[in-house]
Amino acid sequence: MSNAPQSALHGPHDGRPGKARTTFGGIEKSSVRTAGDTGPNYQDIERSEEFRGLRRRVAAFVFPMTALFLLWYLAYVLIAAYLPDFMGQRVVGEINVGLLMGIGQFVSTVLITVAYVRFAERYADPVANRIKSAVDNMAAAGER
Amino acid sequence: MLHMPLLRSPAEGQTLLPDEGPVVNTAIFAGFVLLTLFIVYRVSSANTSSDYFAANGSFTGLQNGVALSGDFLSAASFLGIAGAIAVHGYDGFLYSIGFLVAWLINLLLIAERMRNTGRFTMGDVLSFRMRQRPVRAAAAISTLTITFVYMIAQMAGAGGLVALLADVHVAWGQALVIAAVGIVMIIYVLLGGMKGTTWVQIIKAVLLMLCAALITVFLLGKFGYDFSHLLRDATENNPHGRAILKPGVQYGKNDLTKLDFLSLSLALVLGVGGLPHVLMRFYTVPNAKEARRSVVWAVWTMSVFYLCTLVIGFGAAAMVGTPTILDAPGSENSAAPLLAYQIGGTLLLGIVAAIAFATILAVVAGLTLTASASFAHDVYANMIRRGRAESHEVVRVARLTAVGIGVASIIGGIAVNGQNIAFLVGLAFAFAASANLSTLLFSLFWKRFNTTGTLWGIYGGLISCLVLVVFSPVFSGASDSIFPHLDFALFPLRNPGIVSIPISFLCGIIGTFAGPASDDHERQAEMSVRSLTGIGVRTG
Repeated sequence: MSNAPQSALHGPHDGRPGKARTTFGGIEKSSVRTAGDTGPNYQDIERSEEFRGLRRRVAAFVFPMTALFLLWYLAYVLIAAYLPDFMGQRVVGEINVGLLMGIGQFVSTVLITVAYVRFAERYADPVANRIKSAVDNMAAAGER
Repeated sequence: MLHMPLLRSPAEGQTLLPDEGPVVNTAIFAGFVLLTLFIVYRVSSANTSSDYFAANGSFTGLQNGVALSGDFLSAASFLGIAGAIAVHGYDGFLYSIGFLVAWLINLLLIAERMRNTGRFTMGDVLSFRMRQRPVRAAAAISTLTITFVYMIAQMAGAGGLVALLADVHVAWGQALVIAAVGIVMIIYVLLGGMKGTTWVQIIKAVLLMLCAALITVFLLGKFGYDFSHLLRDATENNPHGRAILKPGVQYGKNDLTKLDFLSLSLALVLGVGGLPHVLMRFYTVPNAKEARRSVVWAVWTMSVFYLCTLVIGFGAAAMVGTPTILDAPGSENSAAPLLAYQIGGTLLLGIVAAIAFATILAVVAGLTLTASASFAHDVYANMIRRGRAESHEVVRVARLTAVGIGVASIIGGIAVNGQNIAFLVGLAFAFAASANLSTLLFSLFWKRFNTTGTLWGIYGGLISCLVLVVFSPVFSGASDSIFPHLDFALFPLRNPGIVSIPISFLCGIIGTFAGPASDDHERQAEMSVRSLTGIGVRTG
């Protein structure tokens, strides 16, 4: 069994696979489709302005964020390995720099998590849903 | 030493653990097993592959998030990290930070895309736009290797726990307990599939969190909610004194140990994104949004949990004293149970002991399910039957595989009982980071990436890891090696991550340019669109 799923667009009522031609995002040119291929035309979707915008914005969030937390973690680990005395400096009572930096890793992890969820829910999810429902409508129109 | 038949502290002849302890432990553990078996029976799996492998995607983000932390918080991280902090201080804490930070890779790069492009296994994602059979074979080999290494580490730990908590010291007795744990685990997997296994994880994770939080609050209360006071007492009861408050006790000995520590840190932070049993959890939720929520819940619960282990670890040093911990059977691993007994008596000890057993049981069940899913779905259904197998046939193969893997893990667990296998967990992470992470990321984000690149990446990572470990001090040349009298340790580090992870990324890139460019643009576009929007993804 292929891992390509049965498209949700062609539910139980769809007896004629391949009928639905989606022209997404105003792109009229329907690219070559193999016979029996069902589901939306992914290449058209991929070329659409809206999808490319989504991909750009998501990449612009996740890659710098990944670089940021990896660098911060790496810096922490390097300091732990090579500057242990720096981490051993007391700040308050027995609490030292190392302990605060360690807690700092916890805090940054939680903050990045919260920031990503906000980004996804405010920006990425609505755009993805818009693209998805546009494709759904197109498919429904094609079936009629 | 894990197999030391000491239950009483030799110096004072005073009892460390109470005589009635094992009875209470066993009763509480039996209660847990009965409760979970009942639940597994109630939710028991239908015979469709979607239900058996992915619980029809019916779990919520919260449920799956708790189950994720349950899968991830093995006995090694509960007893092991608390013990490492009690004995080595700050260096133990470094472990937990790597384990936690690593989840950001899953959150930002993997979880949602994984949910959107696969159905049951990691092989689904890797083979999405590649040639099916060779890539699935590679994915299955890597999944089986990693889960097996991880599983042996868990099962071997069980022997030490049995000695400590159930007061069983003869080898055949421990073997019997390991076998019993294995059999219960097989029943969970056979009967419950993913649904049952997930519920076992949820129950166990909730108990573990409650228990850790309870001990932490008790402990802080004893020191007047003054963490500084607790730390001072810890330094007074640890032979390393004030050195335990800063890094270096365990890893700071020389440049080599420092490099080894860097290598381990790298493997920890990059390994979580490639652990097959963690990845498979993302299929148990209905959509990408819930997959994201799962990781968020997992991050929250684990942050709290690892902060608790920090307090518990230093608290154990402060209240029990490091020398006493090291003298107890199970040495480092006994820190949390000894502390529990000191502050909560036999009952709390029983609860901690039962939870430790439950942890091994649940984690091994999750691993077995993952391995059997990979074999049944990737190897049997897609390679042998070329995608023409009936759903119930696949489930039957998965169940047979689960029994086989279960029996193998029982035998393996008995064979390595008492050996020093702590390095195995770190090794499993190195394998995951080398073989899986590079290929997953390339597959999801690099359009040019192709079948040749995937195969080079997976095999390059796996083989370099394996070779480096065989020629490391883990195998020979040191007093604690597997072959202490031989010396063919050409590679000085115990964890191969720092070398093998770059090798696998490099192999993936070189292989991609060496192989023919993929011309399946439709499939590439489908993967790119689906991974980001979820268009065309079946729910459940």
